[in-house]
Amino acid sequence: MNALLEVRNLKVYFPIEEGIFRRATDYVRAVDGVSFEIEAGTTVGLVGESGSGKSTIGKAIVRLVDPTEGEVYYRNDNISSLDDRAFFPFRKKIQMIFQDPFNSLNPRMTVAGIIGEPLEIHFPELSKRERGEKIAQLLTEVGLSPDHMNRYPHQFSGGQRQRIGIARALSVEPEFIICDEAVSALDVSVQAQIINLLQDVQREYRLTYLFIAHDLAVIEHISDFVLVMNRGKLVETATAEEIYANPQDPYTRKLLDAIPRMPTISGG
Amino acid sequence: MPENPLLEVKDLRITFRSRDSVNPAVKGIEFSLGRGETLAIVGESGSGKSVTALALSRLLPPPPACTLSGEIHFRGRDLMTVTEKELRRVRGKQIAYIFQEPSASLNPFFSVGHQIAEAIRLHRPEVSDVRAEVIEALDLVGIQRPEIRFRDYPHQMSGGMQQRAMIAMALSCHPRILVADEPTTALDVTIQAQILDLMQRLKEQLEMSIILITHNFGIVDGFADRLIVMYRGDIVESGSTEEVLSDPQHPYTKALIACIPKLGAKQERLLTIDYSAL
Repeated sequence: MNALLEVRNLKVYFPIEEGIFRRATDYVRAVDGVSFEIEAGTTVGLVGESGSGKSTIGKAIVRLVDPTEGEVYYRNDNISSLDDRAFFPFRKKIQMIFQDPFNSLNPRMTVAGIIGEPLEIHFPELSKRERGEKIAQLLTEVGLSPDHMNRYPHQFSGGQRQRIGIARALSVEPEFIICDEAVSALDVSVQAQIINLLQDVQREYRLTYLFIAHDLAVIEHISDFVLVMNRGKLVETATAEEIYANPQDPYTRKLLDAIPRMPTISGG
Repeated sequence: MPENPLLEVKDLRITFRSRDSVNPAVKGIEFSLGRGETLAIVGESGSGKSVTALALSRLLPPPPACTLSGEIHFRGRDLMTVTEKELRRVRGKQIAYIFQEPSASLNPFFSVGHQIAEAIRLHRPEVSDVRAEVIEALDLVGIQRPEIRFRDYPHQMSGGMQQRAMIAMALSCHPRILVADEPTTALDVTIQAQILDLMQRLKEQLEMSIILITHNFGIVDGFADRLIVMYRGDIVESGSTEEVLSDPQHPYTKALIACIPKLGAKQERLLTIDYSAL
């Protein structure tokens, strides 16, 4: 198997409970039989509207939700059947960057604490000084300054906070990063900076991305391969070029039509 | 510049003060809005676009935290000098607002129908059948079966539905100007297209003017008649939407347009704004 990650017939159902005994009367089929592969070093874009189940797939891979059925293979290991202890090493290999840089950073921790915490967990052998050096290096890497180490999240803008989130994800030297709407909450100008940063660190560390977003223009820009999701199912899978040039599914066409047309201007 | 404008802003300055700093957020800008016109104010976070919108009906904190100067002419009066009591008749009734996050603007403890009814009772005491008016407002914004949905609480609606309810509330008092501050930023692209279409349709139907505040040049094309571009408290460029989009003059405008990912372009890297060059 060449794929870094393979998802086979993944299903995640959430029960709708009713009555005082919380009996499950029906299920929300958030993810309903999804299969795909991600090659090492590539970026796979996962696009769909709110409620399509795209975020649930990301969460199921890192076990933030339990899959109802199906398997997730990381290289050759079935990681969907592991217990928490056995899954622990994969938490280092697989990292996540979230949408909202305001809610995903602990407001009571300094930047050093936020980036240092995963280091303490996954690299317990580092001395305090080594850890400090590593944090400083990571901050420089994502375009911040080592002087920012002792500040709190509220002292940063949205784009800077997302850079902190990226530094935290990179701190444990992951192989695979799930970006769940990582740029959706940012201004377009900041969005462009963060997308460029993600592509720079991908090249440098040979990272693999699963890039989840609702904006097909962003997905098309960053991805090698695109998965289109609607109501828990994949409706189209193709290369980024094909999705744009020759969309097959009516739902993909609907997403493409919703993107405002922009004049092309060079320079700036 | 439109002749005989509905709203005319002259030399607007907004300054925020704290104990140890003075931040000029808006540094003396001028613009006007015609009847039935849509004006877009485009800029990044911190450009002063949202505070400009709030200043129109003096919704900013009182001095000394925030000082406001200049003139805001609306229907023959300068809103900068009118009393608080007169101002309350303008807010909501004449100039209505919708904001970015509908879930944060709606009160989770009351049904959306109740909240729309509250606005109608306050601003249009002459209306006898408020319930019918609420249902009509919800119907206007394309909510299916409004006679049932008006009992819904905000959490029972999707983000797009909540934003429709907010628009229904803003329009229920028949405002002359609708100020939409990033109305689609929190929404999916498909829902964004629906909400923009809806605002466009209602503008024509109700003969009102719209001020659209956004960071995204992508949504102004085909929606706004004119636009102004703000950067660090100043207007750096203004003109008809077509003109500015096809031939932007200021380097900041060019950069802001260029940084949007374009479908099918497959650029190697996205262009970013080089602030040092501005």
